Amino acid sequence: MAEKVMPFEKAIEHFDPVIGLEVHVELGTKTKMFCGCSTEFGAPPNTHVCPVCLGLPGALPALNEIGVESAIRIGLALNCQIASWCRFARKNYFYPDMPKNFQTSQYDEPICFDGYLDVDVDTDEGRQTFRIGIERAHMEEDTGKNSHVGGATGRIHGADYSLVDYNRAGIPLIEIVTKPIEGAGKYAPEVAKAYVTALRDILRNLGVSDVKMEQGSLRCDVNLSLRPTSESPFGTRSETKNVNSLRSVERAVRYEITRQAARLTDGERIIQETRHWHEDTGVTTSGRSKEQAEDYRYFPEPDLVPIAPDPAWVEKLRSELPENPAVRRARLAEQWGISEFDMQTLVNSGALDLVEDSIAVGVEPAAARKWWTGELARLANEKEIELTALSIKHTDLLEIEQLISAGALNDKLARQAIEGVLAGEGSVAQVVESRGLAVVSDDGPLLAAIDEALAADPSIVEKIQSGKLQAAGAVVGAVMKATRGQADAARVRELLFERLGVSE
Amino acid sequence: MSELITKSAAELSSLLGTGEVSAVEVATAHLDRIEQVDSQVHAFLHVNRDGALADAARIDEQRAGGEQLPLLAGVPLGLKDILATKGVPTTCGSKILEGWKPPYDATVVKKLREAGIVVLGKTNMDEFAMGSSTEHSAYGPTKNPWDLTRIPGGSGGGSSACLAAFEAPLAIGTDTGGSIRQPAAVTGTVGVKPTYGGVSRYGVVALASSLDQVGPCARTVLDTALLHSVIAGHDVMDSTSIDAPVPAVVESAKRGDVKGMTIGVVKEISGEGFQAGVKQRFDEAVAILESLGANVVEVSCPNFPYALAAYYLILPSECSSNLAKFDGIRFGLRVGDDGNHSVEQVMSMTRAAGFGDEVIRRIVLGTYALSAGYYDAYYGQAQKVRTLIARDFAAAFEKVDVLISPTAPTTAFKIGEKLDDPLAMYLNDVATIPLNLAGLPGMSLPIGLATEDSLPVGLQIMAPAMADDRLYNVGAALERALLEQWGAPLLSKAPQLVGA
Repeated sequence: MAEKVMPFEKAIEHFDPVIGLEVHVELGTKTKMFCGCSTEFGAPPNTHVCPVCLGLPGALPALNEIGVESAIRIGLALNCQIASWCRFARKNYFYPDMPKNFQTSQYDEPICFDGYLDVDVDTDEGRQTFRIGIERAHMEEDTGKNSHVGGATGRIHGADYSLVDYNRAGIPLIEIVTKPIEGAGKYAPEVAKAYVTALRDILRNLGVSDVKMEQGSLRCDVNLSLRPTSESPFGTRSETKNVNSLRSVERAVRYEITRQAARLTDGERIIQETRHWHEDTGVTTSGRSKEQAEDYRYFPEPDLVPIAPDPAWVEKLRSELPENPAVRRARLAEQWGISEFDMQTLVNSGALDLVEDSIAVGVEPAAARKWWTGELARLANEKEIELTALSIKHTDLLEIEQLISAGALNDKLARQAIEGVLAGEGSVAQVVESRGLAVVSDDGPLLAAIDEALAADPSIVEKIQSGKLQAAGAVVGAVMKATRGQADAARVRELLFERLGVSE
Repeated sequence: MSELITKSAAELSSLLGTGEVSAVEVATAHLDRIEQVDSQVHAFLHVNRDGALADAARIDEQRAGGEQLPLLAGVPLGLKDILATKGVPTTCGSKILEGWKPPYDATVVKKLREAGIVVLGKTNMDEFAMGSSTEHSAYGPTKNPWDLTRIPGGSGGGSSACLAAFEAPLAIGTDTGGSIRQPAAVTGTVGVKPTYGGVSRYGVVALASSLDQVGPCARTVLDTALLHSVIAGHDVMDSTSIDAPVPAVVESAKRGDVKGMTIGVVKEISGEGFQAGVKQRFDEAVAILESLGANVVEVSCPNFPYALAAYYLILPSECSSNLAKFDGIRFGLRVGDDGNHSVEQVMSMTRAAGFGDEVIRRIVLGTYALSAGYYDAYYGQAQKVRTLIARDFAAAFEKVDVLISPTAPTTAFKIGEKLDDPLAMYLNDVATIPLNLAGLPGMSLPIGLATEDSLPVGLQIMAPAMADDRLYNVGAALERALLEQWGAPLLSKAPQLVGA
């Protein structure tokens, strides 16, 4: 079954890959594109349906304005032109998961067109930016979902019967299509992955979709063709459907390059076809042949009026657009003086926004990062809640930080203060007061504790006096223990050295 | 025969309002009439006797309880079987929908119910409204009450025939290329196609979405206006419905004054190829309008001769897509589901068995016209013609207040006469189609009987978008003058069907 492949490095020596990526994103609108049915994921089959999304005779679509707004915001974020006038079109084909046997989509008049997205990829020459051209982003509706019961493969052939769930039918989709991506060469797999990653970040940042690839709210089709050199005309492409993880995007591109290169080298031609991606084995297999291009008989949807977004509205949406996530990350990393790696860690921890907000109220960048990725992350994890759900205010953190700098709290006490705030014991001041959290500032008890520690292990005196200053750690530790953490470690150290007549 | 069935909706409304008759009496009179004559006329596909009587009883109860009811509460109506009615069969005259009971009401049906109008049943029609004779109904043709060997027009022949047979004083039709106006013309009744977007299409099974429009049918201009005002208005469920106040149709129907108006006779659809008796009555009507103080002028709409050709590309194209949903998967007929056929085969077998010849003809035409490589030459070109026709109208309405023409080129033809000649059948709509292409409102009202066959002739009035009120103003003036001339309504000359 597995087709012949050529090692990637060799394939790239002989061929120049051209990629095209089609990404379908399910919008996170509350209701469907053309009716009031809920879009909630995971409801029992055929419970989120009505005459409109079931395509019953006589029913008519009514456009979801939020869907249009989301489409425009996506277009703007991808540096697209926004059509001053556009229409929906009907894409006609028969399939049981399509209630009307036509999909309400857009054809030659997409709402967004001609944009780009810059993505960074690590190359042998360091980090390099690739500009991905965006051909169009258009609105359409999702289909229902077929499941084939019986048979070994879960596919329609060999199944005993099929069931259709129309809950998904009519959920708003935005299809984002790139221009042919040329010039990526051996980095084609990484470029493809970087593009989908960047796109996903942008979509998430816009708040238009939950972009969960595993739930199908972000789906990617990979088109790929090879040609002998970058000067040659495009070769015949294959279209690999439903590549549903970032890693798979990279792998699918890589696999298709190796498969097509082997075929071409053997003198065989590439068949224009749809291919299925197999996550488990990492290969694609032939699906429906598209040699005889399907005729969708597109024509303008007569049941919907044309869309002519008010330019002032578009400008308003543009002005309210959040910063591009990559640009924002770079800006913040520079402002906070942290490395790209640290920034990535911060992003992965999901604490970027929180850290930024803490810094905004006056917390030092390093401290904000330390609290949100350290103690607070640990506590959220322990409570099994989201970081954002922790009931602590940014100003609480600031107050704690101020107490630390004033020497009133040390790190350990600060953690207790946070714990108290999270436990609902009141404000920082109240927690500090009620729990009696204060660094012992009176030297008397500290000196007593130092003497006690030295008496317990007299060898330390000699060590320190002979220059082994690190031995002081044991004394500081013992003093901290004796004072239940309320001592200022620096002061203890100072007093110890004073007592032994040693200078640091 | 109860006298109640000869009353107009306006008359019934006042009788009901004063309590002289009950809604149940009115409904019963009409239901009895249907029972008596519909075996001959076949205007109804489904008579909802129990439902209608229950609705009527509820109206009576409400009235007895002192509730202020809408004007037409308790007045019965025949509803074209193309509008979805919750729990009541809706077939569109097609086998493919046999037994289907929609889970929802069309917006127009909701409005009728809110107005207390009693729906007697669903009226016959050409399958999916494709035809001009009602002969394409999968459930057998409707007969013209004037002559049972003749067609009642189409596609809404059931709605026009139920009025002419006094089975109902009001009816709802839909008009895609003349399906309200041409049946009105050949049965001596009144029918109006409102401005496109004037009445919600939600729940109206689509033939050609950009042309379809629901409209009122009755025996008098005033009744038609009263029904028009009930069903019209913006609907968020129909994106193409117009968000503007409903034109003052009832006031205009009561006014009927054409003095000082300029009325244009459309040269291209007012003579050539038309039956002599039709032409004669039309010319007389023109003279009457002049005598009433209107200034009648001839107007040329040079692109009208292309309307029919454009229409028969746009309509099949849209219907080929609209009718794709009839596939046996989710509702209606299903053929071949025996475990031996693939889903594609089941869809195909269902459609082959469920659709009639005319429907298949138009689906094939439309599929072809939209296919890659032909789109520009057919659909694209037809849309350009559509624009030109709209411009013809716009230019004409710069000079005149309304346009007029005969509604149909001939009086009612014989059943079977044109069944095997689709082109001859299509030509019946030559005068009505331009309005649909331009989305404008039009009325057909009776102007007498043709001398050669003593069958009704209709006159068509056309107005600019959202000026539906002008139709009623001109129609009412003409109707009043003709009534004076005739001494009695035209339909009083129609044959009695009882004992025929």
